Amino acid sequence: MSRVPQINRRAFLASAAAVGGALALGFDIPLGSRTIRASESRSEITVWIVIEPDDSVIIRVAKSEMGQGSFTALPMLVAEELECDWTKVKAEFASPHENRRRNRAWGNMSTGASRSITASQNDLRRAGATAREMLIAAAATCWNVPARECTAANGVITHGPSGRTTAFGRVAAEAAGMTPPAQVRLKDPKDWKLIGTRQRRLDVPDKVTGKPIYAIDVHLPGMLYAAIVQCPVFKGTLRSVDETKLAGMKGIRRVVKLPDAVAVVADSWWRAKKAAEMLPVTWDFADYAGVSSDTIREELHAGLSAGDARVGRNDGDVDRALGQAVKRIEADYEVPFLGHATMEPQNCTAHVTADRVEIWAPTQDGETALAIAADAAGVPADKVVVHKMMLGCGFGRRGIFQDFVRQAVLIAKEVSEPVKLVWTREEDTRHGFYRPVASARMTAGLDADGIPIAWKIRTSGQSIIAAVSPRVMQFGVDRNFLQGLLEDMPYHVPNYRVDFAMRNTHVPVGVWRSVNHSQNAFFKESFVDEMAYAAGADPICSGACCWQKCRRSSRCSTPRAARAEWGSALPPGVFRGIALHDLQSSICAQIVEASVDEDGEVRVHRVVSAIDAGHVVNPLSVEMQTESAIVFGLTAALYGEITIKHGQVEQSNFHDYPMLRLADMPRVETVIVESQGFWGGAGETPVPPLAPALCNAIFAATGKRIRSLPLKNHDLRSA
Amino acid sequence: MTRLTVNGQAYDIDVDSDDSDMPLLWVLRDTLGLMGTRFGCGIAQCGACTVHVDGAPVRSCALPVSAVGDKHITTIEGLGTDDALHPVQRAWIDLDVPQCGYCQSGMIMAVAALLHENPSPTDADIDAAITNICRCGTYQRVRAAIHAAANQRVSGIKSP
Repeated sequence: MSRVPQINRRAFLASAAAVGGALALGFDIPLGSRTIRASESRSEITVWIVIEPDDSVIIRVAKSEMGQGSFTALPMLVAEELECDWTKVKAEFASPHENRRRNRAWGNMSTGASRSITASQNDLRRAGATAREMLIAAAATCWNVPARECTAANGVITHGPSGRTTAFGRVAAEAAGMTPPAQVRLKDPKDWKLIGTRQRRLDVPDKVTGKPIYAIDVHLPGMLYAAIVQCPVFKGTLRSVDETKLAGMKGIRRVVKLPDAVAVVADSWWRAKKAAEMLPVTWDFADYAGVSSDTIREELHAGLSAGDARVGRNDGDVDRALGQAVKRIEADYEVPFLGHATMEPQNCTAHVTADRVEIWAPTQDGETALAIAADAAGVPADKVVVHKMMLGCGFGRRGIFQDFVRQAVLIAKEVSEPVKLVWTREEDTRHGFYRPVASARMTAGLDADGIPIAWKIRTSGQSIIAAVSPRVMQFGVDRNFLQGLLEDMPYHVPNYRVDFAMRNTHVPVGVWRSVNHSQNAFFKESFVDEMAYAAGADPICSGACCWQKCRRSSRCSTPRAARAEWGSALPPGVFRGIALHDLQSSICAQIVEASVDEDGEVRVHRVVSAIDAGHVVNPLSVEMQTESAIVFGLTAALYGEITIKHGQVEQSNFHDYPMLRLADMPRVETVIVESQGFWGGAGETPVPPLAPALCNAIFAATGKRIRSLPLKNHDLRSA
Repeated sequence: MTRLTVNGQAYDIDVDSDDSDMPLLWVLRDTLGLMGTRFGCGIAQCGACTVHVDGAPVRSCALPVSAVGDKHITTIEGLGTDDALHPVQRAWIDLDVPQCGYCQSGMIMAVAALLHENPSPTDADIDAAITNICRCGTYQRVRAAIHAAANQRVSGIKSP
């Protein structure tokens, strides 16, 4: 038996709490197709809240909405303390250019890493409490009574002694002029009325009636359209293009050469696309046309035994302990590049005029979109207006790089009209920022009782950090690559070492829902299963504490939820696998029930997913995100694979980069562990456990250990 | 000039002979400004562009506008309105189906056509008919909402 190490959760520090001022300025906020013009008369009570005379409450959202539910959960945090009537709440995006002008009053707009709630909750609850006190102060002043005798609930302020009441809308204008209180007290979680309740999402009605809410839907008078063809080999460049081939084609306005792409601007997108695809282009592939998935695999494999690996964590003396082990097991694992395949292809509309650059973008980070647009246009940032639109999926594709924004602005600079750039699905599939390729060599030593006393993990693969932000490297090691295997490793093995041999390729990599956790959970949880079988132990132990699935924190009852499932009866031919993983403060355990038929076809029947995310703002959203994450993880496990040949991506569209469809959807049951005291993420956490839990179920069903993904490459027919 | 009937309204579209291969999707979106029908793949794989052509579900990204003729087209904008939602749209709200929402117009159109043809589909019927891709993975709720919409239509109970 090993002890569960006590690791303190990272403290999430409250950043800039100063919400303030009674500013009431005019600016544009895009909400769907409509642009709400904030007028001088709008009563802005803190930068987050506007209350209209009709009592409607507009709550601003700094983060992007890409399906994860921030557009609803973040306003819930404000409304909890504001004590408004939730049925009168509307959400709108805070605008990136206004954020810049107001010295980042809405904070960091980057949306990802499952941290929207974690990082914003303190500021948003404080904003709600601050505005509530300002509304109460306004009513008290009006009644000439002490504010402490007044309370607010459901959008109504009541003066206790006299019983007088007034609605928020009636005192909003006065409240906007009040000095914000220096300090506010936040509610004890046990007094929450809204947080923790299932609330319908505010963005759904527009999404079932086809409202033009996405960037790709922007329709401006006189606008032009652009299609793009990018150099098929990454890091290649444009050498020449023969524009004469387009002579006589109707509606073609311009051919725009970019360093690594060529775009055609036309009066319709279809014309632009046809012209772009028939344009004779010569590329310079540099030295990359010889790269293939095989050459990349060889490099990564060499990394598994190379001497240049950097150590991420080193406890005890792993080599010595391996020498003392009664039983030693070793296995190599590998995973491929993966694409995001957002349903809305990359696109951006830009209008560049003499004194202004205006863009409409599907962005996970409006501030980065603004910076990229300013840089591409060569103008100061204060000349750029960014309209954040709803995203047709994000998954990390549209946060850091936003290549589509740069391209749209560079193209729009060449014409006077607004231009909408839309990528084809083929361009989207072949020009992503992929989940990195990665390999791992696992070595473990067990003692006479089957308990692991040594665990050595060598990883080899491509670093995202090296491409994005090399300064984040600590002592030459990309710790991000080792997510889930460092201090966040949930198992305690006394002699433990993990290191990383960085092997970068010419293929661009980026963050993909759950980032490096996605492969590391597959490596770790599959090998835990291997260790359990090697020890002759059940993969999940029924005892109170066992090495297999020990939790690092006794607060969490996730394993109990899983254990109850583990013992129950199964239909014939159906087998179970389990995996768990920590991500962004949350932990998720999943049990997959799967069968493999005689033809080797894998079918997933049911997934039970238990998550401990601490305080849950909207349980409905957590359920939806769990279902979503399981489909995301299952799609990758079954089919997901971007392969390289001649330096290019081989896949092009959904016929050769397939997605899970309805007929293959397992039944998903989400268990939200009742937990308090911390704020965790939920959008990514259920992605990483799926693949290992499924592969562990396949092992139980077939005796075949899956050590590489996707499953479509494995022959699972019964011998 | 080509005459198109979309959501009960006739439009005379200037479709050049050069554009005869232009898919209906782009006429709806860029010529008529009906943005609810979405572009996902361009090869009839994902179904985000599904509309009804004489009541049948069709992937408009792969249907040349020249092939439409005098058939009647219905898009998501013509299925229901904010004040008078189609039962499928109502069920989509009641069962909290959409996440990012991008594919949902096509999904709803495909389901509305299925229920028109088969008012009480079994799970197997649903599996066979609804092949649209939802990258957010809303399938579990899609299935539940199809059954809810079917029950509502069969029983005639008005939605709340």
